[in-house]
Amino acid sequence: MNIVVCIKYVPDWEAPASQFRIEDSRLVPAPGIAYRISDTDDEAIEAALQLKEKHGGRVTAISLGPASARDGLKHALAMGCDQAVLLDDPAFEDSDAAGTAAVLAAAIRKLGDVDLILTGRQAADWDQGQVHAGIAEFLGLPAVIPARHIEWTGSEFIVHRIYEEGYEEIAVKPPCVVACSNEIAEPRYPTLRGIMAASRAQIPVWTAADLGIDPGRVGRAGRRTRVLRLYAPQVEAKCEFIEGENPEEIAAKLVQRLREEKLL
Amino acid sequence: MTAEARGIVAIIEPADGPAGALTAEVLGVARRLGNDLNEPVTAVVLGETVAEVGPLWEFGADKVIRVVHPLLAEFNLDAALGALEPLIRRENPNVVLMAHTFQGRALGPALAFRLQTGVATDCVDLRPGAGGGSLVLTRSILGGNFRAEVVIDTRPQIVTLRPKAFPPAEPTPGRTGTVEEFRPEPDPVRVRQEVRRRIQEAAAEGVRLEDARIVVAGGRGLGGPENWHLVEELASALGAAVGASRAVTDAGWVPTSLQIGLTGKTISPDLYIAVGISGAVQHMAGVSAAKTIVAINKDPDATIFRYARFGVVGDAKQILPALTREIKKALGKA
Ligand SMILES: Cc1cc2nc3c(=O)[nH]c(=O)nc-3n(C[C@H](O)[C@H](O)[C@H](O)COP(=O)(O)OP(=O)(O)OC[C@H]3O[C@@H](n4cnc5c(N)ncnc54)[C@H](O)[C@@H]3O)c2cc1C
Repeated sequence: MNIVVCIKYVPDWEAPASQFRIEDSRLVPAPGIAYRISDTDDEAIEAALQLKEKHGGRVTAISLGPASARDGLKHALAMGCDQAVLLDDPAFEDSDAAGTAAVLAAAIRKLGDVDLILTGRQAADWDQGQVHAGIAEFLGLPAVIPARHIEWTGSEFIVHRIYEEGYEEIAVKPPCVVACSNEIAEPRYPTLRGIMAASRAQIPVWTAADLGIDPGRVGRAGRRTRVLRLYAPQVEAKCEFIEGENPEEIAAKLVQRLREEKLL
Repeated sequence: MTAEARGIVAIIEPADGPAGALTAEVLGVARRLGNDLNEPVTAVVLGETVAEVGPLWEFGADKVIRVVHPLLAEFNLDAALGALEPLIRRENPNVVLMAHTFQGRALGPALAFRLQTGVATDCVDLRPGAGGGSLVLTRSILGGNFRAEVVIDTRPQIVTLRPKAFPPAEPTPGRTGTVEEFRPEPDPVRVRQEVRRRIQEAAAEGVRLEDARIVVAGGRGLGGPENWHLVEELASALGAAVGASRAVTDAGWVPTSLQIGLTGKTISPDLYIAVGISGAVQHMAGVSAAKTIVAINKDPDATIFRYARFGVVGDAKQILPALTREIKKALGKA
């Protein structure tokens, strides 16, 4: 089974908001902020590795630049991916989700012979949850989002798709795109051997020309959406702390305050 | 030259029913935009589950289109795309709105790419652009730490709306409109997924988390699934619904259907009691419509206290049993 996992390398989303600066409708992390594989993209890698361990095949990680995304791809290799490709070209800069998906789809087409394409359900920086759908539509494939379990029966994938009240069992034929939710797997830590091998691995870079992409379809030129402005919403702190000698006293005071506020 | 895209289409969530809260929110936004832009509002209903169209007119729809096909009995993304693509092309609307539910999360982006247009997901605010230009759409990014105002340059502008972020439409009793049926013929070759079973994990009885007036939610600070009963006991004393942070659903202590937040449910209770929850922006994204937040956390510097009206610094395992007893006493249940 050949699987491609699309990962995004993003600034640490757990860093406090004060560590980000707004500059020309871009979010700029402070110099010390580390980059990480986005939330749920690492779980997608793990899900791919588990399917490969069961059914054989090859797992390829791909990421659309910046050049520092190479470190994210190294991490994917260290976890056990067989190969990685970085997609980087000045023409890709400032792509929206449509441009990003077009580049990823072109790279998947170039890799060829793919049974399953995995992504995270939404990237931790822009929280859009669009790229999986774009890849699917550009390649003419079905898509399932968000998935908390995938299995292969030999002829189809059974995907557990989350909905408000539980989950659905969806049968979908390969090749298909599945956007993974956090429940799907617990990402493994790379082994020392994996890290060593990854540090020696060559990560090819594919450009717009390599992918046969018309630069007018991606980057700034190919955008369907534009950011007008970014700002930080204000939260005002006005917490009244309830204190007391023991839990009983605290509980009694809290209940009294809630009653005074007509909340009980 | 292509005709100018005109009109607001609101895609109704079938599970929510014709008079449901999400329907009122989406049609509320649609009607206000329709008035501001002087464009008609069309409610699109997938499948035959919504029998009554009266409430849709009363919420502001000028026209209701029922999309009828056996494959649309329940949400199937491929079938929905096959049905909606020709309909939306025919209607040629300016804007397509839907709720950012689990259906909208799948459908919004996929429909946009099928129609080769742009989409803004999980919007928390919107307004008409200056001079009748593109809508200015507000999304939260980085979990909620920042907001982005975005515009879509292509048509239709597809927008998924965060539940509880917009005021619901006020029904106008007796308001009517037109209704028609659309019978699509989705290309069977492009329907490559099939919903085999739906497994309901959320309790079938009791108040739904989305509708509850009081919610008690637990986080990793509870220490383990063996302490979860403390959350349930407090909730039951209050007649509240139970929710959880993602740390807890991810660890499998409780089903995913209890998850509150950016990638879970959006709630709007009068009273939200968060126990052992740190207050990460992605969690708080689901409770911004809560009126009063009470936080119980052993760390006095926990972020949750920035959002809370009342705070208790202490160990959940000690505070919860005492609070449950006090509540029972106060409500005369002891
Ligand atoms: C894209 C994305 C989407 C996400 N979506 C969601 C979402 O929908 N919902 C969601 O909840 N999260 C979501 N998250 C995760 C979120 O960022 C946090 O990781 C998560 O909310 C943390 O859960 P928690 O507060 O239970 O755990 P923690 O952050 O670990 O906090 C536990 C808290 O318990 C306190 N505590 C410890 N022991 C005790 C005790 N004995 N008594 C009282 N308090 C105690 C601690 O002080 C701490 O504040 C998302 C993250 C990303 C990146």
